[in-house]
Amino acid sequence: MSLAFDDYGRPYIILREQGSKKRMKGLEAYKSNILAAKAIANTLSSSLGPKGMDKMLVSADGDVSVTNDGATIVEKMEIQHPTAKLLVELSQSQDAEIGDGTTGVVVLAGKLLEQALTLLDKGIHPLKISDGFDRACDVAIKHLDQIAEEIDIQQNDHEALIQAACTALGSKVVSKRKRELGKIAVTAVLDVADLTRKDVNLDLIKIQTKTGGSVEDTRLISGILIDKDMSHPQMKKEVTDAKICLLTCPFEPPKPKTKHNINISNAEDYKKLYQQEQQYFVDMVKLVKNSGANIALCQWGFDDEANHLLLQNELPAVRWVSGTDVELIAMATGARIIPRFQEITPQKLGKAGSIREVQFGTSNERMLVIENCQCTKAVTILIRGGSQMIVDEAKRSIHDAICVIRNLIKDNRIVYGGGSAELACALQVLQYADEVSSVEQYAVRSFADALEGIPNCLADNCGLNPITSVAQAKSRQLAEKNPRIGIDCMELGTSDMKEQKIYETLSSKKQQIQLATQVVKMILKIDDVIAPDDY
Amino acid sequence: MDIVGNVLPQVLKDEATEDKGEMARLQSFVGAIAVADLVKTTLGPKGMDKILKPTGPGQEMSHITVTNDGATILKSMYVENPAAKILIEISKTQDEEVGDGTTTVAVLAGELLREGEKLIQKRIHPQHVIAGWRIARDIALKRLRDISTENDINSQEFHDDLVKIARTTLSSKLITSDRDYFADLCVNAVLRLKGSSNLDYIQIIKLPGGTIRDSYLDDGFILKKQITIGCKRRIENAKILVANTAMDYDKIKIYGTKVKVNSMDKVAEIEAAEKEKMKHKVDKILKYQPTVFVNRQLIYNYPEQLLADAGITVIEHADFEGMERVAAATGAEILSTFDAPERSEQILGHCDLIEEIMIGEEKMIKFSGCKKNEACTIVLRGASTHILDEVDRSIHDALCVLITTVKNRRVVWGGGNSEMQMAAACEEEAKKVQGKQAFAIEAFAKALRQIPTIICDNGGYDSAELIQNFKVELQKGNITYGLNMTDGTIGNMSELGVKECLRVKEQALLAASEAAELIMRVDNIVKCAPRKRERA
Repeated sequence: MSLAFDDYGRPYIILREQGSKKRMKGLEAYKSNILAAKAIANTLSSSLGPKGMDKMLVSADGDVSVTNDGATIVEKMEIQHPTAKLLVELSQSQDAEIGDGTTGVVVLAGKLLEQALTLLDKGIHPLKISDGFDRACDVAIKHLDQIAEEIDIQQNDHEALIQAACTALGSKVVSKRKRELGKIAVTAVLDVADLTRKDVNLDLIKIQTKTGGSVEDTRLISGILIDKDMSHPQMKKEVTDAKICLLTCPFEPPKPKTKHNINISNAEDYKKLYQQEQQYFVDMVKLVKNSGANIALCQWGFDDEANHLLLQNELPAVRWVSGTDVELIAMATGARIIPRFQEITPQKLGKAGSIREVQFGTSNERMLVIENCQCTKAVTILIRGGSQMIVDEAKRSIHDAICVIRNLIKDNRIVYGGGSAELACALQVLQYADEVSSVEQYAVRSFADALEGIPNCLADNCGLNPITSVAQAKSRQLAEKNPRIGIDCMELGTSDMKEQKIYETLSSKKQQIQLATQVVKMILKIDDVIAPDDY
Repeated sequence: MDIVGNVLPQVLKDEATEDKGEMARLQSFVGAIAVADLVKTTLGPKGMDKILKPTGPGQEMSHITVTNDGATILKSMYVENPAAKILIEISKTQDEEVGDGTTTVAVLAGELLREGEKLIQKRIHPQHVIAGWRIARDIALKRLRDISTENDINSQEFHDDLVKIARTTLSSKLITSDRDYFADLCVNAVLRLKGSSNLDYIQIIKLPGGTIRDSYLDDGFILKKQITIGCKRRIENAKILVANTAMDYDKIKIYGTKVKVNSMDKVAEIEAAEKEKMKHKVDKILKYQPTVFVNRQLIYNYPEQLLADAGITVIEHADFEGMERVAAATGAEILSTFDAPERSEQILGHCDLIEEIMIGEEKMIKFSGCKKNEACTIVLRGASTHILDEVDRSIHDALCVLITTVKNRRVVWGGGNSEMQMAAACEEEAKKVQGKQAFAIEAFAKALRQIPTIICDNGGYDSAELIQNFKVELQKGNITYGLNMTDGTIGNMSELGVKECLRVKEQALLAASEAAELIMRVDNIVKCAPRKRERA
């Protein structure tokens, strides 16, 4: 423990309650941090690639989830080690920014740290290592830009997009239906994409899950599915040519926000008030009806009397529609969200081809489908599956696929997967290493080794001999000057990833390398960990 | 510690555990197979029941359940093993989706994993096993769909099919001795729905007393309520007004109202006004000229008296489901406001006769000759509540299967026929597939064949002998053959009339293989530290 003495030889305290703190310094701290981060990377590494395995995670309350998605795994592991937590954030920022490649980024960081450990043992200063990594990273990124290819996303019925989605889905439990699901994801994204601005608002794609059936039964609904039913059991279950009135005010007498009291002091007042109350309901329904609406969707509840008046006026209505659904419906049907009954005008109504109630299975679960909306800019993917775990995992997988497609629409440059891009960068970095005259040379070389770790890991997961297959791929890349040679994970008989159609987005790959390098640099800069003892 | 001997820092929280590779897989297999074995003995017509006893203190905890229904057994079990939880989950989904085959699905998933475990021990990579299973599943599904037949919905054959399916479903339950009786009962109930799939309209009333045989299907609709005292007990040609409105204390719904008076006279005035308001409401109701008034909410004495004076029979405090059923059966609209008496023709429900009847010891109200004939009631009688509960579950299963059949219409032969055919299809395929996957396809076939094997074992028959003979019969081209569980022989299912619904089999196959795949893919189990619970 760090204990300091003053001029008179009396000890004084630097850290408050120093005795109860755990402290690690210097090399010990580096090693402990690296080992902790590596432990996480090791857990994730077996999930990488098309033959990667899943993890089963049991939450504190005993709920089970099975997943292959890196970000979800690390999030649900409830990691407590401070440095390991940095990797959790790393995976999550990749998820937030790109949406895919969350496993790869952690594995790469792990490989980099592994290399850093051997460099530390050689006695190289951590800052030199991180400088070297930094320079190597720049080289790799530049090289990625060079080997990237632009693809025509329109061509051949968006074949390229479907292939990219399939690559993302290939490692998941739903991989059997990757083609179908990929198509669903591509159609969904293209439906809502703004191709001129090259932007996709993912909020417009609603992913609804429902257990039952099988993953094959997953389908795309060009419209919105809401988990609600009509407010009155006897209302019409189907409305065609719907004119939707979207309300955020309850069918109830108004509740002013200021606190008030209405004092009733005689019978006259009482009667008057009663009449007024009745009048409220009549007026509300009349206002909706007069606008020409034939269905009302409301974010709030209905009073029994209002509910019945709606039925009597043949105005189907839905209550307690969630806020996000209200916004989605507004966007899809062109409806304006109306906060006061007085403000209902025919122009503010949304239009949809049909609204109907659908029922699932034997239990009494019904949902409303809004189809053929005026501005078909919202779609729903309804995911089915044999159990909650499968449905949840399918949802995560489809989310990944959607993100990949969005990234391709934003930036249509791709690199090839199967570890080929990493190998190409590794070769480039290795070449550059010899040009570096200082100590950093070793770090740069190690960076190349770390990049090779990714194809290595892929080959390992596929049951191939990692060393031979990586060595083969490397020599072929050099000999044929072909940066598309990777690991043939699916044993299709070719190592050219262009032929295998394994597409990954350039933005994702770049982000992976940059983020991983950044986190490793950060971890390498920590030389002192002070934590409460019971931590 | 890692292999080199470095002490690894603790990454996860205290008490959290992480199992990797073989250990994780072993845990999954053990858990899933254990759950499957547990429900295995309830499979088939000779399956046994289980007693479920809740643990913990309290009166309600002493209530036990006797059941044969896989979903009920699995739902009530508390398991910690995550793989076992997945099996329970698929069984629940099967219950929600098709209502039957809940045991089959868990057993099939368990058997798949049992076979899968053997392959893993042979050093075949789980991904190869999964690849094989996927091929096998598609083949099995194709064969299953190929062997299914479809009949026109209005034909007599279809009706016969329904009865046969109901009988097959019920044969594994407690009421197997009366299955013909109940099969007819269920089919009639389902056919009344005329293709709608809303089970709500079939009401099941359980009354202890009598024997199971005394149960019957009532074409009318029975409400478990009593007619208010002082009203007529029998109304012919009833015009029914169904309402959901406050008839007790009808408060004004404007926010913030408060009565503040300065003299006793004023209190009396307001009271009078309140009374008048209620009278006004009753008057409005009377304008519809109903002869029966059913309200969801309580009716206080004053309005009740007013209504009774007008000669209207009052039924108060009907529950919401009951209300919906009354409305559906009699074609009434559920009212909450009463300002449109001119529409009374459309609004009022109608039925030929309403009377108070006694079933066992209880008084109930029966609506017969209703305008819309969709709703009906099944009155179950039996010696004890345990029996009634189990009969209720059995009838529910049968109804679900029938509704699914009405929707899907395709049927397959029962008695293990479909499983054996699927297994045969997989084995044929296995001969053509190159690579290790073939082992997995064979394993899939073996797992499928386990279902009829278990059914035999549960019946106390020589399963090895029977299944082999069964295989031979199928090989000979007798594709309608199956297990005759009454005699313990192989018989012609078309003679015995054992049929099953395709949708149930399909769903079981899909869900079981999906779940087995899910569990097979796991190579790492991370358990978080359990949440600390404060003792209240």
